[in-house]
Amino acid sequence: MALTSEQVRMVAKLANLELTETEVEKFRSQLEEVIDYNAEKLSQVNTDKVEPLLNVSGLTNALRGDEPQPGLPQKSVLQNAKNKHNGFFKVKAILD
Amino acid sequence: MHTSFLTIKQIHEGLKKKDFSSVEVTKQALQQAEKADKDLGSFLTITGELALKQAQEADRLIANSKEICWLTGVPMGIKDVIVTQGVATTAASKILEDFLPPYSATVYENLLKVKAVMIGKLNCDEFAMGASTENSAYQKTKNPWDRTRVPGGSSGGSAAAVAAGLLPYALGTDTGGSIRQPASFCSVVGLKPTYGRVSRWGLIPMGNSLDQAGPLTQTVEDAAWVLNIIAGYDRQDATSVNKPLPDYSKNLGRSIKGKKFGIPKEYLGEGIDPQVKEIFLAATKKIEDLGGQLVEVSLPHSEQAIPVYYLVMASEVSTNLARYDGVRYGGTRDQFGPEAKRRIMLGTYSLSSGYYDAYYLKSTKVRRLIYNDFQEVFKKVDFVLGPTSPVLPFKFGEKIDNPLQMYLGDILTVPQNLAGVPAISLPAGFVGDLPVGLQITANHWEEEKMLQAAYNFEQATEWHKRKPE
Repeated sequence: MALTSEQVRMVAKLANLELTETEVEKFRSQLEEVIDYNAEKLSQVNTDKVEPLLNVSGLTNALRGDEPQPGLPQKSVLQNAKNKHNGFFKVKAILD
Repeated sequence: MHTSFLTIKQIHEGLKKKDFSSVEVTKQALQQAEKADKDLGSFLTITGELALKQAQEADRLIANSKEICWLTGVPMGIKDVIVTQGVATTAASKILEDFLPPYSATVYENLLKVKAVMIGKLNCDEFAMGASTENSAYQKTKNPWDRTRVPGGSSGGSAAAVAAGLLPYALGTDTGGSIRQPASFCSVVGLKPTYGRVSRWGLIPMGNSLDQAGPLTQTVEDAAWVLNIIAGYDRQDATSVNKPLPDYSKNLGRSIKGKKFGIPKEYLGEGIDPQVKEIFLAATKKIEDLGGQLVEVSLPHSEQAIPVYYLVMASEVSTNLARYDGVRYGGTRDQFGPEAKRRIMLGTYSLSSGYYDAYYLKSTKVRRLIYNDFQEVFKKVDFVLGPTSPVLPFKFGEKIDNPLQMYLGDILTVPQNLAGVPAISLPAGFVGDLPVGLQITANHWEEEKMLQAAYNFEQATEWHKRKPE
C-alpha cells in the first residue's frame, strides 16, 4: 500500500508532531515498509471468530474500596511545570 | 578489597562477616562508576551523595540486626525509565532533561525498604524504544565484550554495567525483550516476570499491556533474590495481581529430571544466525544431559508476533506519549528523537479512523491466537526453549537506519510479552568473544520453576564465570 506525504502530514497533525519536510519523506518510506510488512503478515490469519485480547493478567474490573488517601502535595505536583500561575498550571488558550 | 564482579550473594556475605561495610563497597562502586564508566557509558546520573547516605543507613541496620536481607547495603543501578523521587529521571529523552520525579516507583520503594544502595540511573533507548541503546538522546553505551558493538537494548546501560562488573545488579524494564536481549548481548542473567507479578507504578510507560520491570544480575540465584523483593501486589497498579509470593531462592537446586522442554520449530528457521543456532543446540544437549526431556513443539503464529507487537505497542506508545504536552512537566514535542516520533506516527496511524479495524483491532485478535499457542504448548511441556536473540551483538550504526531490520531482531522475545508469560535469558556460550543467551520461557506465575531450570543449567556450565577483559 502506498502511503502519501499528505497522509503522513495528516497523521503528524493528529499526533501533535511538527515534522520537517525531510522527516515527512523519511517517515513516509519507513512507515510504508513497516505497515506493508505488518499488514501482509496479519492478513494471512483468519480472525473471524476471535475476540480481541487487551489484557493478559487475567484480571477483570479490579476494584478497590473508595477510601480517600492523601495525594501528592500541590507543590510537588507543580514542581516540574514551566508555566504556572497562583498554584495552577498555565496553559495556552484552547478556544478562540 | 576489590568488589568488582562480586555477586549480590558475595557482597552480602562480606557485609555480614564485617569484611567490609556498605559505605566501603559503595565508595568503590561510585569510584568505578566515575572512572571505568567514562568509556563504557552505562550511567546517565551518578547519585554519589544519596548513595553514601543510603549506605550509612544500611550499615546502621547491619550493626543492629541479626538477620539482614540479601540486598541490604548492596549497590545497584536503575534504568532511567523508572522514576526515583528527587533524582533526575530522563527516560534517556531530551523532553525530560530537567524532570525531577515527585514520587518513586514501587520497585525502587521496595528496594529502599530493605536498604539497598542506588549508585545511579542507567542509560537506555529513549523511552525504552529500541534494541541497541543507540536511541538514547544522551550517549552511546558500549558492549563490554567488544566496544565497537552495541550492548543491546533497551536496558543496555543496565546490562553493560553488570557485565563490566560495575554493579552486582541493576533493574531494567522489558516490553518486547528489553531486559532479555541486552542480557544475552552482554552475557548476564535477565528476567522478565509474568505480566502482573511486579508493579508497574512509576515505570514511565511504553506499552502498558506489555511492560514489566525485572532484574539483570550475574547469577540466577541473585535474580531470584531481587525478584523476591521487587515482586508483589501493589494497589497503585490495577494490573498487578494479588497472588501469594513464593520465596524464589528457596528450591533453586531442585532437579529438572523428567521435566519437558519444548523447542518450537518456528524458532530455528530463517533469520537465525547459524552460529547462534549451534550454541543453542549445544545448550539443549546440556539440558538433556541434566535429565530434561526435549520435545519439538509448534507456536504456529510466531510469524505474526512482530506485526502484532509493533502495532499493539506503537498504538499504546502514541497514546502514552500524548501526555508530553509541556504543561505539567517536560519540554516540547519537537524534542522527541526519531524512533519515538516513528512509533508515535505508526501508532497514531493504526488507531486512526479508517485503519483501526484493519490494524489495531486485527492485531489484538491475532494477539489472542499467540496467547492461545502458548497455552496449548504448556499443556504438553513445562518450558519453552529458544535463543534469546537470533543474532550476535551488532556494530554501532549497523541497523539504526533500517527500522524493519531492527524490529525483526525481536522475533524471539516479543511473543512472551504478548502472552504475558515469564522468561529468563542466561549465558549459554560465545562465538569468539561475542555472547549468546539461552531463553527459558515458562507459563504464567511459574517463575519459581523457571528459575530452577535456569539454575540447573547455570550450575552445569561455566559461561557465567567468563568475564570481559
